[in-house]
Amino acid sequence: MPLDPSFIGRSWPATPPYQVGREKIREFATAIGATDAEYHDPAAARAAGHPDVVAPPTFPVVLTMAASRQIISDPELGMDYSRVVHGDQRFAYTRPVVAGDSLVCVNTVEEITTRGGHDFITTRAEVTTEAGEPVVTVWSKLVQRGEA
Amino acid sequence: MAEQLPPQTFRVTRADLIRYAGASGDFNTIHWSERIARDVGLPGVIAHGMFTMALGGRALAVWAGAADAVVEYGVRFTRPVPVPDTDEGTEVVVTGVVKEVTEDGLTRIDLTATCNGEKVLSLGKAVIRKR
Repeated sequence: MPLDPSFIGRSWPATPPYQVGREKIREFATAIGATDAEYHDPAAARAAGHPDVVAPPTFPVVLTMAASRQIISDPELGMDYSRVVHGDQRFAYTRPVVAGDSLVCVNTVEEITTRGGHDFITTRAEVTTEAGEPVVTVWSKLVQRGEA
Repeated sequence: MAEQLPPQTFRVTRADLIRYAGASGDFNTIHWSERIARDVGLPGVIAHGMFTMALGGRALAVWAGAADAVVEYGVRFTRPVPVPDTDEGTEVVVTGVVKEVTEDGLTRIDLTATCNGEKVLSLGKAVIRKR
């Protein structure tokens, strides 16, 4: 069953705030093998002009992936997650994510298409502080493979 | 002239995938269970696409000479990165080419990642701000 195209353009209410912790940033940086001082040492981050340790560029997926359940788990969309693979991913930053940020996501479905028996859905998460300061925009394209 | 950046090579083992699953919250079974990965038609356990993308992010930091330099970063996941259950695991090689240096200090880079000679990240595009 193809994805419901009436979801195109739909937005959801902001997700509950995600508190970006210093230890979570360190844990994520360690997990990707990144030893850069700005990810681990608040003094080094401050010397680079940031209020606290900086998150690696792909860190926002920690919150946007959880937030996207708002969309993909809606039964009306008709997604069979067992057939889904990650197609594309993109981040566009206003400023880096730093420890101490309290971030919310507003999700929108940008596009749903069907090609060669596969369904494609592109979602956009506008990640801002609770106060509404833009931080990063995150696009994900998921591919639902056709049933064999 | 397009400037070729020094390729960055990253070793990836099963332990890295377990650690990344915990840190990212992505516990999809195909990244840690050989049985389930094979059941869905994969050659075995594969790396999280976002883990491979994170390695590309590390390469960008090396090329920029700064950990906080990435302004934009996007990729396409072309094929999976199989990670065998061995001490050596596998290797991901990230290559990059400078496409443009703008007047306001931004550098546009095209990025590719390969594993066993095959493209695993394609259409990689990044913008970095050098200090």
